[in-house]
Amino acid sequence: MAVLSKNKYPQSAFEKFVLHLHPHRIDQRALQFSRTFGLGGINALLFVLLVFTGLLLRFSYVPTATEAYTSVVRLQQQTLLGGFIRNVHHISAVLMVVVSFLHLLRVFYAQAIYEKRAQNWIFGLVLFLLVVASNFTGYLLPWDQLAYWAVTVITHMVEYIPLLGPPLADWVRRGDSVNGHTILNFYTLHTGILPIAFLVIMSFHFWLVRKAGGVALPQTENSEKVNVLPHLVVREILALFVVLAFIFLLAVFYDAPLLIQANPLESPNPAKAPWYFLGAQELLLHLHPVFAAFIIPLCLTLFFFSLPYWGRIKVHSGVWFNSAQGRKSTVATIGFSGIFTLVLIGLLEYALHVETWMPGLPGWLTSGMIPLLLYMVPTGLFVQWIVHKKGKRSRVEVLQVIVTGILTSYLVMTCVSWFLRGEGMQLIF
Amino acid sequence: MNFNRRQFIKRLVLGLASVEAFFLLRNGVGNNAPDTNAEGMVNLGKVDSFQKGNVYPFVAHKLYVKRMKDGGFLALSNQCTHLGCVVNLNPQSNGFSCPCHASHFNENGEVLSAPAPRPLDQIPIHIKNGELFVDLAHPKKRNAYEKNQLTYA
Ligand code: HEM
Ligand code: FES
Repeated sequence: MAVLSKNKYPQSAFEKFVLHLHPHRIDQRALQFSRTFGLGGINALLFVLLVFTGLLLRFSYVPTATEAYTSVVRLQQQTLLGGFIRNVHHISAVLMVVVSFLHLLRVFYAQAIYEKRAQNWIFGLVLFLLVVASNFTGYLLPWDQLAYWAVTVITHMVEYIPLLGPPLADWVRRGDSVNGHTILNFYTLHTGILPIAFLVIMSFHFWLVRKAGGVALPQTENSEKVNVLPHLVVREILALFVVLAFIFLLAVFYDAPLLIQANPLESPNPAKAPWYFLGAQELLLHLHPVFAAFIIPLCLTLFFFSLPYWGRIKVHSGVWFNSAQGRKSTVATIGFSGIFTLVLIGLLEYALHVETWMPGLPGWLTSGMIPLLLYMVPTGLFVQWIVHKKGKRSRVEVLQVIVTGILTSYLVMTCVSWFLRGEGMQLIF
Repeated sequence: MNFNRRQFIKRLVLGLASVEAFFLLRNGVGNNAPDTNAEGMVNLGKVDSFQKGNVYPFVAHKLYVKRMKDGGFLALSNQCTHLGCVVNLNPQSNGFSCPCHASHFNENGEVLSAPAPRPLDQIPIHIKNGELFVDLAHPKKRNAYEKNQLTYA
């Protein structure tokens, strides 16, 4: 590192490259690990890892219904380090969902999405959707029971979109059920179109971070600047090695799952969606599919994309939770939403069978509107209460409460579906 | 008219490209979609081999054939109307249950508990020369079980 710090101007190709990504000098406070937890950088690293391991997988993977499964088995059993490469790809993919989600939380709670950063929030959300889409298309490729039925369930969800849904689902699957042509479709998306889209959007994403003047920092009078070389770069390299070591070590001991080959004639019991969609699957258990698969996802997508344009007043950019009060109301919301969601799931499961009490009413009312209101009304009252408890809160803090409530509910539903549902998707207690 | 050549050429190229893209996506990508319904009429065997009051699974054709006590036949698709999983016979209720999100159907395929939004689809049955044929190409959506859905020998 001595070389890096001695000269004022960069010498090596590496240093010049770094200064295309980063500015020369940055605010000292941006270096603090708890400012960003390095989440964006880790995501970039994961993408590179996925590209390399993915390209290696392509050498042996055969995208047809008859060959896909055996090609993955062959890779694991007969190729030197084949299993290891698949494991690294799998682990990096899982981590990418987790890290992207945490990154999204970080920028949201650090109030780094408003004003000049609004546009980058949009690009970030698109990247998040690309992560989920990559994961989902990759999920089908091993063509085992897990893959086949998860994709069956999710593509049928698409069919509930009014008018457009059925032709769209048939087009994605190339048929009315998941088949060999679906593999080819997903393979093309997974190893061609989506990675290219990633590169394009990621470039914009990085550029917009610089355009906004780096990561969001609270306003101060006297800020001290330091050189990126070496101060930021050594930290980045350290993080890179820690993450790589973690993934490689895990890939030695943890094997990517592979069940028996896909059997279109028999659904496994229970049949579960990929883990990041488990919350959505839980919602499907309780709500009419038009609500669970169309109305709610649509509203949430619109809401999240429009977030930066709602709260622009009294934003303390770079301050965690906006203020001490904001922190308190966030914590209170996690508590309320977590408990309330659990209670409501229990009630809907064991006590409130509206559709059997009122069999005459249409399904969209008894298993759609009514359960939705059962969630919305108490939550709305809670938001009212917390917002007016100690004087009126600023807009951003109201948004913070709402987003926290939604995300907590989703996480609780994910956990319930993951850990508490067994055979026949019944609760196990 | 103020005719702008550059603009015209730009729009022309864009227009042609979109038309091409549309056909590429529609025909190229969707082209070799397998006709999953090509199977059409399938012979399931002699009418007499079905005992009254029993349910017979035909896994490969994705359906169940039920023979009522009075001898009438009802064929039901085994694809859950919720999200397409394969429903299993439920020995306790004599109906069907779905492993994916716990929908239950009664013995005639009607919904006992959500999230399935409608009864199992009915597969048309034809009986010729004492043999039972099912028309896999034309599954019928229905809102309830009715007597006239039964076919008699
Ligand atoms: C250029 C980039 C990529 C290429 C060439 C690629 C290639 C592949 C191939 C050939 C497979 C099938 C082999 C197998 O299932 O083990 C696969 C599986 C998979 N990919 Fe990728 N991939 C890329 C990027 C990504 C990204 C960005 C993600 C997620 C964020 C991802 C997630 C997955 C998942 C979840 C699987 C299933 C893995 C398993 O079953 O263990 N991939 N990929
Ligand atoms: S697919 Fe049968 S209940 Fe969802």
